[in-house]
Amino acid sequence: MNTFNQATRDGRDAGAPAVVDDGDLARRWQRATDEPAWLKAVLITTALIFVGLFLVLPLSVVLYGAFERGLAAWFEAVRDPDALSAIRLTLLIVAIVVPLNTVFGVAAAWAIAKFEFPGKPVLISLIDMPFAISPVVVGLIFVILFGSQGWLGPWLAAHDLRIIFAAPGIVIVIAFGTLPFIARELIPLMQQQGKEEEEASLTLGAGGLKTFWYVTLPNIKWGLIYGVILCNARAMGEFGAVAVVSGRIRGETNTVPLHIEVLYNEYMFTAAFAVSSLLTGLALVTIAIKSIIEWQDERQKRRAAA
Amino acid sequence: MSITLARRRVIPGFGLTMGFTLLYMGLIFLVPVGAFLLYTTTMSWETFWHAITQRQVVASYKLSFGASLVGATINLVFGALLAWVLVRYRFPGKRLVDALVDLPFALPTAVAGIALVTLYASTGWVGRYFELFGLRVAYTQLGVVVALTYIGLPFVVRTVQPVLEDLEAEWEEASASLGADRFTTIRRVIFPALFPALLTGFALAFARALGEYGSVVFISGNLPFRTEITPLLIVAKAEQYDYHGAAAIGTVMLVVAFAMLLVINGLQWWTSRRHG
Repeated sequence: MNTFNQATRDGRDAGAPAVVDDGDLARRWQRATDEPAWLKAVLITTALIFVGLFLVLPLSVVLYGAFERGLAAWFEAVRDPDALSAIRLTLLIVAIVVPLNTVFGVAAAWAIAKFEFPGKPVLISLIDMPFAISPVVVGLIFVILFGSQGWLGPWLAAHDLRIIFAAPGIVIVIAFGTLPFIARELIPLMQQQGKEEEEASLTLGAGGLKTFWYVTLPNIKWGLIYGVILCNARAMGEFGAVAVVSGRIRGETNTVPLHIEVLYNEYMFTAAFAVSSLLTGLALVTIAIKSIIEWQDERQKRRAAA
Repeated sequence: MSITLARRRVIPGFGLTMGFTLLYMGLIFLVPVGAFLLYTTTMSWETFWHAITQRQVVASYKLSFGASLVGATINLVFGALLAWVLVRYRFPGKRLVDALVDLPFALPTAVAGIALVTLYASTGWVGRYFELFGLRVAYTQLGVVVALTYIGLPFVVRTVQPVLEDLEAEWEEASASLGADRFTTIRRVIFPALFPALLTGFALAFARALGEYGSVVFISGNLPFRTEITPLLIVAKAEQYDYHGAAAIGTVMLVVAFAMLLVINGLQWWTSRRHG
């Protein structure tokens, strides 16, 4: 009781704690561990204005721009042959990159989470490295290696191989740029789950693959799904690195983001936003799935606590 | 000892998964990055030094560095506020706001770029109000700051949020019962607990902003000496087949990125030690 009185700033009841009623006490207690209602309202409003300016409005402007001229104009922009070829190229690239990075993510997480070995923190930091490198530098690295004036350029030309200004170069830079995403989702998840369940399965006679399929995979399912979807969204949207290596050959080496840039620079704003709305939809699905997984997680935790 | 050895043998696949991990990382980025750095070392020191100290390049460092710093600082303040509001208060649409925070992470940078320039151009939804005060955002350095603030937005929120969620209410109650008013409790109890996470989020936002390209190039206008960021100069030089110039500047950016990665790792280690 005394401590409560010290917490009140006016010290009105300092000498007579016994007459303090519960409501008054609760109010004063709240004053010391909570903010007043007006301050809460100010803080929430400020935060919402910030979110509105930097997140809601950019999102709205894309969707507004895409459908401003009606559905017909949207369809026309999306069905344009150059847009279709950009979409096809982008789909082809993610069909190669996402499975590769998925296998990498699972393999890296398995090695890191289930085994002890020297240099593990270094390996984890190395996996993060592509995330820290500017996409433009990623593109440049491969231009310098494989470009016509680059180190292997003459050799590639002699063997009639094209990497830069062609699809293989785009695949490599996107694989580089999106390499960490699935691994980063899975490593903490699998480390947290430990290896007891796998050990139990193995000692009961199941093989390694069977154990992975029936024990590990169900445990990491949601993390893996989110990792794959995020990797896919980032791969489809990769811009800086692709801008450097693709050569922007229309109908040939333009991915969807590069096609958007071309349309914008040619003042075809409606078309640019229409094509953008496809990738925006993908981004919204990605964050929706993340939220759903988090809510499920929360609910599970609450159920486990109850 | 014998127990741990026996346990280690139970789980299979170390050779296979580790082998694939190292092979893939090696092929995709370790060998290329190494070869790139080797390429830079074939330049003479004079060529390299000249390439990285040209006036136009130095102007781009100042802009990239300065605008990233301002953007990360804005995110430090508003990101902390947003994390606080999301963890501590209840308001309608809270879940939606929480989910939206990840947008800059998932939305392609080129899409963000054209959205921001349309919004902040002098005829845009937001830009026209800045125009009333004689402020131009698009095609100025302010525009670069706007883009870099946008791109760094998730980092401070997402590093501070979990720490704030795990902060025990007892600390604040103890502080209050010892006579501290709310402001003192926030300043002396909550802020120190959040400090490593705040710094980590700041560093992540700053590092991301330094290398950003897509969301900036549309809104910046790319005027030499005025609104040209360093990544843009690299693209320009690569397109003109000035590989030496591009590689020299790229190496500077790579070294800065490695340094930032070290700093961030150090900060994360500090956060987990303080926190755990």
